[in-house]
Amino acid sequence: MHEFLAMGGYAGYVWPAYAVFFLMLLADALAPLWQRRRSLRDLRARLARQAARKSTP
Amino acid sequence: MKPGSTSAACAALLRRDLTLIWRRRGDALNPMLFAIIVVALFPFALGPEPATLQRIAAGTIFVALLLAMLLSLDTLFRSDLEDGSLEQLVLSPHPLALLLACKIAIHWLTTALPLIVIVPLLAQLLHLPDRVLPVLLVALALATPLLSLIGAVCVALTVGMRRSGMLLTLLVLPLIVPVLIFGAGACNAAQTGLAFAAPLLWLGAWLTLALVLAPLAAAAALKISLT
Amino acid sequence: MNPLILWFHKLGSPPYFYRFAGRWLPWLYTLALIAGVIGLYGGLVIAPADYQQGDSFRIIYVHVPCAWMSLFVYAFMAANGFIALVWRIKLSETLAMASAPIGAAFTFITLVSGSLWGKPMWGTWWTWDARLTSELVLLFLYFGVIGLYHAIEDTRQAARAAAFLALVGVVNLPIVHYSVVWWNTLHQGSTVSLMGQSKISASMLWPLLTLTFATHVYFFASLLARSRVALLELESGKEWVRALASATEPNHA
Repeated sequence: MHEFLAMGGYAGYVWPAYAVFFLMLLADALAPLWQRRRSLRDLRARLARQAARKSTP
Repeated sequence: MKPGSTSAACAALLRRDLTLIWRRRGDALNPMLFAIIVVALFPFALGPEPATLQRIAAGTIFVALLLAMLLSLDTLFRSDLEDGSLEQLVLSPHPLALLLACKIAIHWLTTALPLIVIVPLLAQLLHLPDRVLPVLLVALALATPLLSLIGAVCVALTVGMRRSGMLLTLLVLPLIVPVLIFGAGACNAAQTGLAFAAPLLWLGAWLTLALVLAPLAAAAALKISLT
Repeated sequence: MNPLILWFHKLGSPPYFYRFAGRWLPWLYTLALIAGVIGLYGGLVIAPADYQQGDSFRIIYVHVPCAWMSLFVYAFMAANGFIALVWRIKLSETLAMASAPIGAAFTFITLVSGSLWGKPMWGTWWTWDARLTSELVLLFLYFGVIGLYHAIEDTRQAARAAAFLALVGVVNLPIVHYSVVWWNTLHQGSTVSLMGQSKISASMLWPLLTLTFATHVYFFASLLARSRVALLELESGKEWVRALASATEPNHA
């Protein structure tokens, strides 16, 4: 295991490359989830405002 | 009412644009001052040794001129948009690409040509060898219209925006990388005594292509921006 | 009508696409994850170390799939941009703009992992090699498309303008690539050559192909997820979006 992590002395280059790969793709995968949540929340707030306006003429 | 002929429309547009620029002729000097200042900054940054300056002279002048033109691109359609004449152009019965080609030609004549005129002065400031100067002038004569044409397409895309300066730079710079490579490459080849015709011919080929395609692309882009 | 064409027309309708994407998303993410894990296991554990580059060659398994994706995504974006401009299909605009950030992410990974590979192999983080320079220009093109898209207020007009820019970039990319190749060979002989000419052995190749497959599937998953959100925002006034918003409970969304 230790040998595997050492990557033949290139650990300092191999693992950061993989880390960048995973972090970027993770961020890319989470961005739409987060944005969907936000836009639905905005939309609900707007619908609630419209409903409130209608009920108090 | 019957619309006038297309050539009359182009002539009227050219006359109008030249008159407008003549009324604000002080502004036309700004790109030249900018280029001179940029070039003058390099000796401060790199030290005054003629050998160093000579080696970077052609590339520096090239970059300075491209940046000066880039800064002036923003004004290409700005005043026309503000006074509404741009929409008149789009709505006119004449081919929009041709009218835009006239505007691009005016832009090149009033910003690039003065810049090319001061290049011998800039060359002296950086000790450019005399035999490279004609190559540099030819390369710039081919590269600056290319920048005007490519830039016009990008300006047409950003025309509706309030602050488009940085964005315009971001759009234009990747597109003109080949122009810079070939233009400065020809000068460097001439400076080291190598054959320099090939890159100039490439620039000429692209200029021909851009002369045909860029006005059409600019017209299409403008129609997208103004809908 | 041909059922395939009918399905294609239905896919163009935002509510249908939203449901369709929602059904496929979990499967695509799962498939990408499984293929990715298999490929990574093959690349990091099973594949033998390169006789010249040692274990540092294992960066290839993130670098090369991402480099291929950076070009593939650009082509996909431009093709959708073309469809959007010519046939004015709303879904194509959305797809083109949703792929831009994913493509930029892949391009960024390519540049960073390439840099991390270059340091031990060439002794430098960066060299003005043709491929590196073209990839950098590609990243700037992606940034230009994203920047233009976000700078214009009207979403549909912004998508069309940015799609147009992407198309102009397609013309430019080969020119940049060949001009940079030419520029490099004028000044200096190429001292570095990526991967040498060594034939890659089967045990090294299959993880690479598996990861390439995984990144493609991941791209389509991420594309569907992003397009879904974009459609939701684009159609926020429509009835189906209102129904959806009021159907999802605040704490579950």
